[in-house]
Amino acid sequence: MTFKEINNKAKSEWEALQKGSYILIGTATCGRAAGALDVVDAFKKELKQRGLEVPIIQTGCIELCYADPLVTVSKPDSLRVVYHNVTPEIVPRLVDGYVAGDDPCLELALGTLEGDGEEGVYIPELPRFEHELRLILGRCGYIDPENINHYIANGGYSGLEKALKMSPGKIIGELKKCGLRGRGGAGFPTHQKWELCRKATSTPKYVICNADEGDPGAFMDRVVLESDPHQVIEGMIIAGYAIGAEQGYIYVRAEYPLAIERIQIALKQAEELGFLGDNILGGDFGFHIEIAAGAGAFVSGEETALIAAVEGRMSTPRPRPPYPAELGLWNKPTLLNNVKTFAYVPLIVKRGGEWFASIGTEGSKGTAVFTLAGKVTDSGLAEVPMGTTLRELIYDIGGGIAKDKQFKAVQIGGPSGGCLPETLLDIPIDYDSLREAGSMMGSGGMIIMDEDNCMVDAARFFLDFSTKESCGKCAMCRLGTLQMLHILEDITAGRGKIEDIDLLITLAEDVKVGSLCGLGKTAPNPVLTTMRYFRDEYEAHILEKRCPARVCPELTVYYILPDKCDRACEHCVLTCPTEAIKGGKGEVKIIDQEKCTKCGTCLEVCPPEYNAVVKLSPVSLLPSPEKAKEKITSHSGKKNRK
Amino acid sequence: MSTEEQVSQAVAEILSSHKKEKKNLILLLQEVQASLGYLPKEAMQKIASFLEMPEVGVWGVATFYNQFRFVPLGKHHTVVCMGTACHLAGGKLILDALERELDIKVGETTEDGNFSLERVACIGCCMLAPVIVIGDKIYPKMTPFKVEEALVPYKQEPQSEKS
Repeated sequence: MTFKEINNKAKSEWEALQKGSYILIGTATCGRAAGALDVVDAFKKELKQRGLEVPIIQTGCIELCYADPLVTVSKPDSLRVVYHNVTPEIVPRLVDGYVAGDDPCLELALGTLEGDGEEGVYIPELPRFEHELRLILGRCGYIDPENINHYIANGGYSGLEKALKMSPGKIIGELKKCGLRGRGGAGFPTHQKWELCRKATSTPKYVICNADEGDPGAFMDRVVLESDPHQVIEGMIIAGYAIGAEQGYIYVRAEYPLAIERIQIALKQAEELGFLGDNILGGDFGFHIEIAAGAGAFVSGEETALIAAVEGRMSTPRPRPPYPAELGLWNKPTLLNNVKTFAYVPLIVKRGGEWFASIGTEGSKGTAVFTLAGKVTDSGLAEVPMGTTLRELIYDIGGGIAKDKQFKAVQIGGPSGGCLPETLLDIPIDYDSLREAGSMMGSGGMIIMDEDNCMVDAARFFLDFSTKESCGKCAMCRLGTLQMLHILEDITAGRGKIEDIDLLITLAEDVKVGSLCGLGKTAPNPVLTTMRYFRDEYEAHILEKRCPARVCPELTVYYILPDKCDRACEHCVLTCPTEAIKGGKGEVKIIDQEKCTKCGTCLEVCPPEYNAVVKLSPVSLLPSPEKAKEKITSHSGKKNRK
Repeated sequence: MSTEEQVSQAVAEILSSHKKEKKNLILLLQEVQASLGYLPKEAMQKIASFLEMPEVGVWGVATFYNQFRFVPLGKHHTVVCMGTACHLAGGKLILDALERELDIKVGETTEDGNFSLERVACIGCCMLAPVIVIGDKIYPKMTPFKVEEALVPYKQEPQSEKS
């Protein structure tokens, strides 16, 4: 079949779908975690009971993760309505109301995808979409990732078709014009990598897609692969053509089984239609892609370590140069790019480098994809033009800080990035501004912290992660980060000395210099940025033995306010796992600090109308037992817990 | 059939479907673990001789990666997410609660073989933090108290079988 025939067939299938009603249910990993598969089953059951034949399409993620599971009901002559936080219990109502009837059940809806807002919320006019520009997330959640025709009907593989008519030099020329920089985090100009690989004389050459998304708190590559995998495959094929490679690998972390499954299906379908194979679209160019499943090592995200993993070895980095473009997989020229970098390629080929270069800032072109998580109201994904400010991202798109708490910091770039304070919220998001602030773009994971988060503890957390994930090759990364971790553990436990701050800074600089790869070179960033912007918290831990956020267990105690405790209530006594709370019915409850493990259960179960449990830091704020005992009349209470 | 025979049969089956290429080492380890739940010693020996490499090389790779386990899992494998979002939402307290409730440490299996406990770096469901996974069911927005509740049905199971 020619591309035109394939395209026509796909378009007619898509149009036929639009002529009837259908139901889209987001079943990416995030949707599944929120119970989307139960919702799918409920729809199947309810439709069957009513004898309705309405297709149910399992899509990826439409990035509004806070509202998962999301269901979209599409009807030919009516509005498309998106329902949020759907449970199996409300499915019969949706089926009777809108699938079979004319009641759009707007009280259960997030909003509509058409209309003027009179019928409730018009989704494209939500404040977040004023900032968003969805280039690679555009189809996510609206097409079936397991049906290649949905991708083709929505513009898919036309970039490849165009590319095959261009010369490799012309394609790389467009990449140069567009200014695309690697989306894995480091921001190396993409065209330079491609050009180096194209010029390399040794053969065979390889293309590798880096889908080893290891940053905790980052999941945009997973969403792209689970929701619209073909755009990545198409980008890889174009790359193979441009550099003269015939074999590609997608290195996916094993923690993403659904992504692996959906890529496998996509590869098979692409082969069947002739987008992969020996003679792509009937021409002379041949390209094949295999999946290499990672086995869980954060360091594998580094390109030379990743190559070692694909070769079946321990994933440790090696010195560069030589770069993989010269000596890569099995010592052959290898092009390595991130999932999102490849996903942009078909668009750039199709619409031209100048179009892409018109989006973004001087030094950082195009859009950036971020995950918003942590203490933000509307967590999920966002794709925004480079240059959007952090404030716009957190407040307009993320809906601000949850539970009316005070913003404290935003952590960007995972264990390699840094924590930025409120005063830096107006800096534009681009590679260079973030680096200047001491953080980095990283892969795009963004974690929002509020007043209840301790910055010293956060730094300790990231360092603990880096220490565990250090491959051990470089002494400074293996031992230097461990020493830093020990110092931070001392500080959070109240054993810190004021000299420790300078020692940490010295060690941090040494670790950066003495490490071969990005893991070690960036591991001190969370410590350095928290020290730079939140030094007062370090000093409070060291000098006053006080944790301002009341997080560090050694510096914090739980206390029941005698005048707030409702004597008749026994919630805390009955639920305390270590039976540390004394006081029977009618008595004020009191925590035995010797037995207390600081698990926080009493704080959690104390009814909001009393709110009697508080955390105190420093520990010296705790009223003396004698004083507390004055309020208690007797100790006759009995526990009826097992 | 003894466990040893089961192991060698499963391993032989997996080896026969792959080429003797060193790049397949990680794949072979993954498939053996998927089939047996862990990597027994005998399997490591068999993989080494199949790929004609020293056994220590196989162990080197297997112990390098977080995914591989060398002891059988409990019936209900329990995973605590220790990603950033989960940590900030109190993940450590959840881990403490699980260790306390199951009376085992991370990486261990209960004596009755009912539970095993593991921590992972991030399962990518950050908006549901803190998260634990028991078997293949995800439990969102956990608290130490909810941990206790979540474990109840799994703890009751063997008792009801006995009665």
